[in-house]
Amino acid sequence: MTIVLIVVIVLLLALLGAGTATVVRRNQSGLGGRPSGPTITPAEPQPDRPGGTDVVAESGEALAPPDGRPRLADRLGRAKSLFGTSLAAIRGRARIDDATFEELEEALLLADVGLPLTNRLLADLRDRVRSGEAGDSPTALLDLLKSDVVALFAGEDRELQVASDPPSVWLFVGVNGVGKTTTIGKLAAREGASGRSVVVAAGDTFRAAAGDQLAMWAERSGADIVRGADGADPSSVVFDAVQHAAARGADLVLADTAGRLHTKVNLMDELRKVRRVAARPPGTVTEVLLVLDATTGQNGLVQAREFAEAVEVTGVVLTKLDGTAKGGIVCAIRSELGLPIKLVGLGEGAGDLVPFDPEEFADALFA
Amino acid sequence: MFDTLTDRFDGIFKRLRGRGHLGDAEVGEVLREIRVALLEADVSLEVVRDLVERIRARCSGAELSKSLTPAQQVIKVVNEELTATLGGEAFRLAYAPRPPTVVLLAGLQGAGKTTAAAALALWFKQQGRHPLLVGADLQRPAAVEQLRVLGRGVGAAVFSEGTDPVAVATKGVEEAVRVGRDVVVVDTAGRLAIDEDLMDEVRRVAAAVKPHYTFFVVDAMTGQDAVRSATAFGEALDLDGVILTKIDGDARGGAALSVKHVVGKPIAFVSTGERPESFEAFHPDRMASRILGMGDVLTLIERAEREYDAGAAEKAVERLRAGRFTLEDFHDQLQQMKRMGPLQSVLGMLPGVPKEVRDAQIDDRDVARVEAIIRSMTPAERDDPSLINGSRRLRIAAGSGRTTSDVNNLLRQFKEMQKLMRSGGAVGAAARAGARKAKKVKGGRVTPSLKDAGSLR
Ligand SMILES: Nc1nc2c(ncn2[C@@H]2O[C@H](COP(=O)(O)OP(=O)(O)O)[C@@H](O)[C@H]2O)c(=O)[nH]1
Ligand SMILES: [Mg+2]
Repeated sequence: MTIVLIVVIVLLLALLGAGTATVVRRNQSGLGGRPSGPTITPAEPQPDRPGGTDVVAESGEALAPPDGRPRLADRLGRAKSLFGTSLAAIRGRARIDDATFEELEEALLLADVGLPLTNRLLADLRDRVRSGEAGDSPTALLDLLKSDVVALFAGEDRELQVASDPPSVWLFVGVNGVGKTTTIGKLAAREGASGRSVVVAAGDTFRAAAGDQLAMWAERSGADIVRGADGADPSSVVFDAVQHAAARGADLVLADTAGRLHTKVNLMDELRKVRRVAARPPGTVTEVLLVLDATTGQNGLVQAREFAEAVEVTGVVLTKLDGTAKGGIVCAIRSELGLPIKLVGLGEGAGDLVPFDPEEFADALFA
Repeated sequence: MFDTLTDRFDGIFKRLRGRGHLGDAEVGEVLREIRVALLEADVSLEVVRDLVERIRARCSGAELSKSLTPAQQVIKVVNEELTATLGGEAFRLAYAPRPPTVVLLAGLQGAGKTTAAAALALWFKQQGRHPLLVGADLQRPAAVEQLRVLGRGVGAAVFSEGTDPVAVATKGVEEAVRVGRDVVVVDTAGRLAIDEDLMDEVRRVAAAVKPHYTFFVVDAMTGQDAVRSATAFGEALDLDGVILTKIDGDARGGAALSVKHVVGKPIAFVSTGERPESFEAFHPDRMASRILGMGDVLTLIERAEREYDAGAAEKAVERLRAGRFTLEDFHDQLQQMKRMGPLQSVLGMLPGVPKEVRDAQIDDRDVARVEAIIRSMTPAERDDPSLINGSRRLRIAAGSGRTTSDVNNLLRQFKEMQKLMRSGGAVGAAARAGARKAKKVKGGRVTPSLKDAGSLR
């Protein structure tokens, strides 16, 4: 019955399209709305921006190295008091039963670990309970699960790589608003404080005032910044930054890019080009860091897959872990795609960036 | 955004449809699948539980209807429960009797508040208002500058000064009164729900400017945290609605369901892109049926039973199968279908329709033109269009008030479709080709792979 309706509608659409009328899409998805294609660099050099690129010399005093590195555990107190989960109850119990597993499942799902991995972790746990390996105490079971989560990250190389021949380029990619620019600001401070000379490339030429945002961070940390005009080709900005770094003998280029949804084909192509250009000598791309917001749900896995496919992501930066979100999706990203989690963002300040610590992370996951 | 969730439900219901009797075990299985689909879409665990339990209670008990098969009953229950969760009234904005109407935006870092503020300003301008944007995000580097650039882009004035968000917001409203702006949109800094100082600050901003509307801005890609954050913001502020951002990605948008559930307030606007133009008012009812992906099958079936000549439909199906579906058949069926309501709404109710078709817009005037051409043909011509020669073509064109090339196009297109139906032996081919065609007309944009329309039943 409905088949007739469908065929008639489909035929109708075809005939409407046959020149007697137009069929329009209600919503045009698929392609990004931004001007695509490579260069929109202004043809004539602007007076204050020779060659379309603006190199601001080092200024402002360098930030003092962040003393007393923030810890995830310290940030957790607040979140825990407001949103304690039911896991406290587990520890009090005498026996492992179905309810125990339900509570563990709930904890994993609430942390955005996702159903497939949650099922896998719990099935494994059940096997071990059956074989007697887990004992009969819910507390021991929870600890076992925690160590399974920690084991997901075993063997990952969390070191941020540099090339033997400077400058090395670290490229930051991700969807909109995840914290790319802020992470660069923090890293510029950190790397600068550890004695590396840093150039930041304002490769987000799309979002309004993105360059100003990065410039303020650069000023705080005393890094050089290379900017392009609004709407300029990001790869040319990154190219200029690499040239500038080489000329100055700088060690590191931290390249910002505009946020983009991984579904926008032309924008992902643009990013591929940025990566290609950044890798031209004398530059060496040693890190492509996917910045991921801890509040991200199951879509995070798709994001990671698409960005990894497009620009060979070398690691993940998990931001905003100072909030109520647990960031459990990185477990799925790690186990599905094998990407190492390298850094964690714990706030908006320059010092709020720490290396990823699986133990702390797992503790927080079940806190 | 909701397409993948839609696909999941489609699959579940499709399998259900084939079954006669549903025992407890089958219902349990369906509920499990529904749970998986919702969780994978990031619907909050609490909401998922709630929904699944309500559905279970209704499926395994009292509510038995004689006119529906067991499978249809499950679909009906799921439909009603989801609609109840999602639906509710659409947001309606009423302007303050004494301007300016003050709108406050709040949310986590990176949710998209500043972009939404500029988009809202543009939206108000399109409603004939004169908005003033107030930059009270004095926290993030260059946030005010971002707002200024965006404000310039949409042609709305921007006010900001100093370092105290409460003072800026207050002065912003005064400024609006002074220069005669009738709407004020206040952008605030992103903040974490657990940051007591900052939550207190936004509370003070609200107390100072007494917004007529306070919106919680939330990223469509948010996972389970959506509920925690929305709860906290809902407790701190008197929310009137939600702005859901970045829905142009492929997130399944469960956050929308969850936030609606905990805040109890409608999603008022959605942003569908980075530009201020990519922003629109939201219609919860449309979302409900889109998530379900089954359209309103029951209404459709009811109407079809009432309006459609079952015998004729049966015959049409046979002719379709045999690849002998003529212009005459098409015209007849179209007339029946029109009795069921505006074609656009029928299209919206059809289950399992590929996205490309679902998104098409049908203008009844265009349909009338197609009909006019077919009606100007003789029955013999409708049965066998190859009869139509030059002079017949002229006659048909004159009779329908169209050009001969219109007539040609229609005939060529129909012939192509017929060929496809025949070669495929299945109707799926027609559906597929039709969808492709519809897509092409839209300007040749690349769209994600077509769902296999051949699986339609
Ligand atoms: N609380 C918190 N906020 C963060 C963190 N990282 C970034 N942010 C904030 O998130 C927002 C978006 O950051 P931004 O760097 O502009 O994101 P981008 O669009 O990816 O460059 C800003 O308000 C940042 O201050 C973090 O680790 N914790
Ligand atoms: Mg940025």
